[in-house]
Amino acid sequence: MSDFLRDAVDLQVQADAIGLGAIFALMAVGIGLVFGVLRLVNFAYGQLIMAGAFALAFASDRGWPVAVGIALCVAVVLVLSLAMERVVFRPLRTQSAAVMLIATFAVSFLLQSIALLWFGPLGRTAASLASLNRPVSIGDVEIRKITIVAIVSAAVCLVLLVLLLNRTSIGLHMRAAAMDFDTARLLGVRANLVSMVAVLVAGVLAAVVAVMLTVQFPTVTPTFALRETIIVLAGVVVGGMTRLVPATLGGFAIGYASGVLGGALPSNQSQYLPSLVFAAVILVLLLRPGGLFTRGVRTVERV
Amino acid sequence: MRRARPLLQLAGPIALVVAAALLGTTVTRATEIYFIDALVAVSMVVALYVFVGNSGVLSFGHISFVAVGAWAAGVLSVPEAEKPATMPYLFDFLSETTVGNVTSLAIAAAVGGVFALIVGLPLMRLSGLAAGIATFAVLEITNNILRYYEKIGPGLNTFSSVPETTDLAQALVVALVVIVVAFAYQQSRFGRQLRATREDPAAARAVGVSIYRQRLGAFALSGALAGLAGGLYVHFLPINVDTVYLNLTFITLAMLVIGGATSLWGAVVGALAVSALDSVLANAENGLDLLGRTVEVPAGTRIVVVSALMALVLIVRPSGLTGGRELSFSLRRLRRRPA
Repeated sequence: MSDFLRDAVDLQVQADAIGLGAIFALMAVGIGLVFGVLRLVNFAYGQLIMAGAFALAFASDRGWPVAVGIALCVAVVLVLSLAMERVVFRPLRTQSAAVMLIATFAVSFLLQSIALLWFGPLGRTAASLASLNRPVSIGDVEIRKITIVAIVSAAVCLVLLVLLLNRTSIGLHMRAAAMDFDTARLLGVRANLVSMVAVLVAGVLAAVVAVMLTVQFPTVTPTFALRETIIVLAGVVVGGMTRLVPATLGGFAIGYASGVLGGALPSNQSQYLPSLVFAAVILVLLLRPGGLFTRGVRTVERV
Repeated sequence: MRRARPLLQLAGPIALVVAAALLGTTVTRATEIYFIDALVAVSMVVALYVFVGNSGVLSFGHISFVAVGAWAAGVLSVPEAEKPATMPYLFDFLSETTVGNVTSLAIAAAVGGVFALIVGLPLMRLSGLAAGIATFAVLEITNNILRYYEKIGPGLNTFSSVPETTDLAQALVVALVVIVVAFAYQQSRFGRQLRATREDPAAARAVGVSIYRQRLGAFALSGALAGLAGGLYVHFLPINVDTVYLNLTFITLAMLVIGGATSLWGAVVGALAVSALDSVLANAENGLDLLGRTVEVPAGTRIVVVSALMALVLIVRPSGLTGGRELSFSLRRLRRRPA
């Protein structure tokens, strides 16, 4: 146990855990934003990240410059997001949440199997950003550059998002739609535009996450980011699905917790981590359906 | 007339399943596998239908009942002499017991049912999205435990030495049993009460139906049938923990949704139709002889087609191929039932 405590407060473990938490927080924002506006749990979010990662691998295979790779990644993810919104989300907007969940489940499998068809089960390697894995020394702690990059970019993305939501009219429209879609429409919010912007912003975040994740896990397979998405979905539910800030906190918390526990627990204990995480999900759904980090009025009755 | 019609509704699914089995006897051994597979799929999808179809509540967790059923039947039917080699860490009572084929299926059903009942006790208070996510959490937990807990099974390894007793006849018998049980349930007062809660929860509650109890009953029954199907599965293929996870969850849900989630007929049609499509594509992945020309599609086409089809059905015809209605030969079916 004392080993566990010593490992848990180890600065390196802490730094890695915060880095992972930052990436998970970005994914949580992507999922939470779409859920807020469209009331749709996007199971296929992980496959957007996977597609972006394949774009990076594609570019690095051909020896293209890093910037081109990232641009390609963003482009692929955005095009896919838009297509998804137009072809699947929009026609199903009036259906129940459960139907939409099944539909995104189908989309997720569709994208995954297309990737399998295209790149095979072993996938490709995205190596052009591997130098970010090198550590820098801060004091007597060695921290990988990617950890710093992840934390900084997550912070930048979140600040930009807050500005978008609070300082622009489309942000206002999105917040209105998240609160009450029908009333917002009556008051002149353009539903299609709002849902498109939400999906696009979530797409940009997915592209950022794809870049961060490929640095840490350069082998891109069709199931890339699948585990992470499932864990983040759990975190979003635990934090509180209906509000963006609790959802983000939930994503961060679950990333941070898995980072610390995964880094400090011996593997014969940490292998049961998913069970603990999902047991927590069930408990939260039963006891605090609004989420752990929400306060006040429950906006949506879920039980 | 009113008495005859329910039986007619049962005749449709039964005739279809028997026809599939008969067709399976006419083909080579290599092709027969696909027919057995289709019949196992029918059992799983009808089991899923008993809960999802009648209650209208989504469950991503049913494959965990299939999994525990498969684990129970698989672990118990491996010959005692083989167990120390393939599953060295088993609990003593598991490694010292070996049961026959039929007993192992019964145990699979019992384990699936009890597990579903225990899980359902807290979970059946949820509905809608929360139920979907909570049942998904059950799938994750079950998978995680079966994957690493080697005292109750092979862990990460594939089951080996499980007697392969699931042939065409046995798959047919189990599929028929599952269909008849599902039908009897949906004709019973409990089934009708649950369907009432699906159509209008407030009205159902007003006439004294306990939504929680009806859902819990259906969940446990459905879990038992899923466990039975899992037992059938482990006696059919050498499965491992990844066989009974996300892909199977997806395929069975797709079958149910494509067929039409709110009717037994839809569940059976969906399972057989998607299985047929899947088998043709699987054959085509190995090169299919079609009118003298060899058609070959790349490996992995199957899931692309099935998932695209599922998304398409959801968008274009959310009530499924059968419209979610039971088979009926009366002209009245053309008139839409009020929702």
